[in-house]
Amino acid sequence: MTDEEPNSNDRPAKRGVPEGLWLKCPECQATVFRKQVDRLLGICPECDHHFKVGARTRLEQLLDVGSFEEWMTEMHSVDPLGFVDSRPYKDRLKSEQKKTGMVDACIAGRGYLRGRPVVIAVTDPDFIMGSMGSVVGEKLTRATEKATELRLPLIIVSGSGGGARMHEGILSLMQMAKVSAALGKYHEEGGFFISVLTNPTMGGVAASFASLGDIVVAEEKAMIGFAGPRVIVATVKAPLPEGFQTSEFLMEHGFIDRIIHRKDLRSELAAFIDYFEIAPTKV
Amino acid sequence: MTLRPLPFEREIHDLEERLESLDAQQDQTPEKLEAIKNMRAEIVRLRREVFENLDPWQIVQVARHENRPQTLDYLDLVFDEFIELHGDRAYGDDRAIVTGMARIDGRKVMFVGQHKGRHLKERTLHNYGMPHPEGYRKAIQKMQMAAKYNLPIVTFIDTAGAYPGIGSEERGISYQIAYNLREMSRLPTPIVSVVISEGGSGGALGIGVGNHVCMLQYAYYSVISPEGCAGILWKHAKHADKAARALRFTANDLLEFGVIDKAVPEPFGGAHRNHRQAATNLKVEIVQALRQLSGKSPQELIDHRYDRFRKIGIFEEGATKGDEVVS
Ligand SMILES: [Zn+2]
Repeated sequence: MTDEEPNSNDRPAKRGVPEGLWLKCPECQATVFRKQVDRLLGICPECDHHFKVGARTRLEQLLDVGSFEEWMTEMHSVDPLGFVDSRPYKDRLKSEQKKTGMVDACIAGRGYLRGRPVVIAVTDPDFIMGSMGSVVGEKLTRATEKATELRLPLIIVSGSGGGARMHEGILSLMQMAKVSAALGKYHEEGGFFISVLTNPTMGGVAASFASLGDIVVAEEKAMIGFAGPRVIVATVKAPLPEGFQTSEFLMEHGFIDRIIHRKDLRSELAAFIDYFEIAPTKV
Repeated sequence: MTLRPLPFEREIHDLEERLESLDAQQDQTPEKLEAIKNMRAEIVRLRREVFENLDPWQIVQVARHENRPQTLDYLDLVFDEFIELHGDRAYGDDRAIVTGMARIDGRKVMFVGQHKGRHLKERTLHNYGMPHPEGYRKAIQKMQMAAKYNLPIVTFIDTAGAYPGIGSEERGISYQIAYNLREMSRLPTPIVSVVISEGGSGGALGIGVGNHVCMLQYAYYSVISPEGCAGILWKHAKHADKAARALRFTANDLLEFGVIDKAVPEPFGGAHRNHRQAATNLKVEIVQALRQLSGKSPQELIDHRYDRFRKIGIFEEGATKGDEVVS
């Protein structure tokens, strides 16, 4: 093994929060101690700004220590289109793998959340913008099918600014239908799906699994929407309203149930699971 | 004919104009008649050659030709009857999606189709075929009703995409498309979906979760428009031709990826040259698909649709080692 090789078992570099002892909050401009931000689960002590967190860190934050059993650790993309933009997609995948320590943009498996067994999947906002191609689609589908079979609650945490991944073309688009169909079956079988939206969740991810939770919650001030704001401005030729496509905007318009501070996420998820217990067999 | 020639039909068009002026001359000699005959043959030969070798960007141009038949044209030509139903039961009537009761080959179906419109007034009315959430809501509401009465569903896809506007986001375009994907996948009735021209991303898929998904020969179906892709990757929409080649979105590509079940042949020179023939080809395909699906039970239809989409995706599971895969 060379150190170039992606290995999903490696502890990833801390991401989302920029490197260094001190860092500047993009929201309040305060210079804050990095360790303190980490201790606060990636939150600015001055203004509550939620920094992005990588998928693995997110799992550490949510699950009981050592309880996560990862599935499909070696599933990877094969560049089905032979896609080349400024560089080949194959090369892009390699550098994203190196950057994030992940094989693709999604980690899925089972674990315990405050003692409650769950199936959980997280998309990482930094791996090609958390976009969904064949691998992410397949992982989410299998995780959902597994949750159906095991009759476990399903949690998907989305951080996907990239929506459906352009580099895999139509195959990415079809993952939206594939995952949604699996969720449809899970729904019919009485499953309990919590969708957690984090910054950012856009395009084909917003327009498929991320919107389909029995409960949909978001972290504060996350960017959530279908079309990109620049596309909208170019189309309507008018300024966008204040706070457009934020968590707060979505809650105001009726599309999410709660906005949750990251420090409370774990306990609120546990509370949801306690309320909506899945019957052991289909009624 | 007054059809606008496509950019790559220049040469053919020039020949056609010369032919027309030759034809119009009064003093026809045997030599001139012979020349006319040769020219006609040459035009056919050239058009065949051009259309046999269309590149993806040229296919997009055919798909967007203003005389290409649209949903309302096909409703006349393919279906025996159509009675429109408008209500989405929540917000408003989105004319970018047309829904209603139709009959094809004597069979009752629920029809759902995106319509762009041809002239300014009609295009404005139909919002250029770019639906808002209420359009998708109307679509799924009618599809659910169809399922209740065991009616098969036929959907026609022709959109650049769901409308990227403020109201669209406010009224939950993401949720509505997601909901349609989930609900369509569980409907216990046959669904046939046809991409007739443009299949623009989630806005297309939102009415496209069929048991049988097919596509006209010069339609395209893509995760992003070639212009949008070019804008992101090469910073300018003028590179759309490059993006079109990269995205692999033609009917042949989609057949290869297992995304569609059939590429329906178009008349010589594209559907815009012969609406009636295009409609006949579509009709044959739809009727045959409906006939095949009619033998399945409700549960078989749900499972068939589930498996159809379940299979889509290309990936590997072994560990990566450089470029090689070790399994
Ligand atoms: Zn701050």
